[in-house]
Amino acid sequence: MTTQPQADTQPTLVTQEMIDKKGVWEQESTAPPIAESDIRKWCIATYWPEKPPRHYWDAEYAKTTAWGGIVAPPDFNPFAWPIDRPPVPASRQSATAAGAGQRGMNGGQVDTFGVPMRPGDVITTRSRTTGWEERQTRLGWTLFTYGETEWRNQNNEVVKTRVRTGIRF
Amino acid sequence: MANVYFEDINVGDSIPAWSRKTDFMSWNRYAAVNDEFVYIHMDDEAGRAALNEQGAFGMGNLRYAYLVNSLHDWIGEGARIHEVGCQFRAINQKNDVLTVTGKVTDKKVENGENRVYLDMNVVNQKGEATCPGTAIVVLPSKK
Repeated sequence: MTTQPQADTQPTLVTQEMIDKKGVWEQESTAPPIAESDIRKWCIATYWPEKPPRHYWDAEYAKTTAWGGIVAPPDFNPFAWPIDRPPVPASRQSATAAGAGQRGMNGGQVDTFGVPMRPGDVITTRSRTTGWEERQTRLGWTLFTYGETEWRNQNNEVVKTRVRTGIRF
Repeated sequence: MANVYFEDINVGDSIPAWSRKTDFMSWNRYAAVNDEFVYIHMDDEAGRAALNEQGAFGMGNLRYAYLVNSLHDWIGEGARIHEVGCQFRAINQKNDVLTVTGKVTDKKVENGENRVYLDMNVVNQKGEATCPGTAIVVLPSKK
């Protein structure tokens, strides 16, 4: 979906780079192998201050469950803490930046989950922008950017697909 | 072991409420695991610069985690979350008490799976809906 503003009222926030890269898979990267401890810490944080479910942190117990071992919760992010930091896409820049179109927010997402992530898994991601629209909102002239991201494990099995909305204003 | 079975679910059923008080203790822990050190979540001045008068505010991704956790705790470790989606409509302010709500909107067998569809939200202590969304879970059968 692409909606252009009226030329005599608002300058577009759509960049030539966005137009050139629309539909093109990019930002491919591979995360380090998932560690049991990564999953444990993740669950402690997201369940805080309650104790997370046992099958996320007790390997012996997890063997007795339907999963047959520890699995990560579906929202687990194995890409946290990269050594190299790629440039942040414009649609994800800080909300504190000055100037119209330089402030960004996460508008939302829909994740569909495939096989679960397990300790030792190596996850690879790729993303692409699929479209955008612009309209007046309470934030001012606002650009909504739509994209999708795909995660696969070392066996090329789909772990997750995400359809996301980025907001710039 | 699953906590609920497909046959026991009816359209209109609500999932158990799942609540957390959120402040820097929860936000900083989430920042630490998700590597999400962004000034708007750490510093009141940065939050106000981002047009939130009350200062720093919580991460959308943490509210998303709360949606996932509430579903997991409802269905149990023997069932599966197939899909979760949400929009971040309102800000998570410091000291908010957030409660995840969910209501069953449909149930059907698709692709050989017993799927249950839900409308989801994260509601603050004022009753404001901050994070409307949907979810699909796959439940075991008693048969």
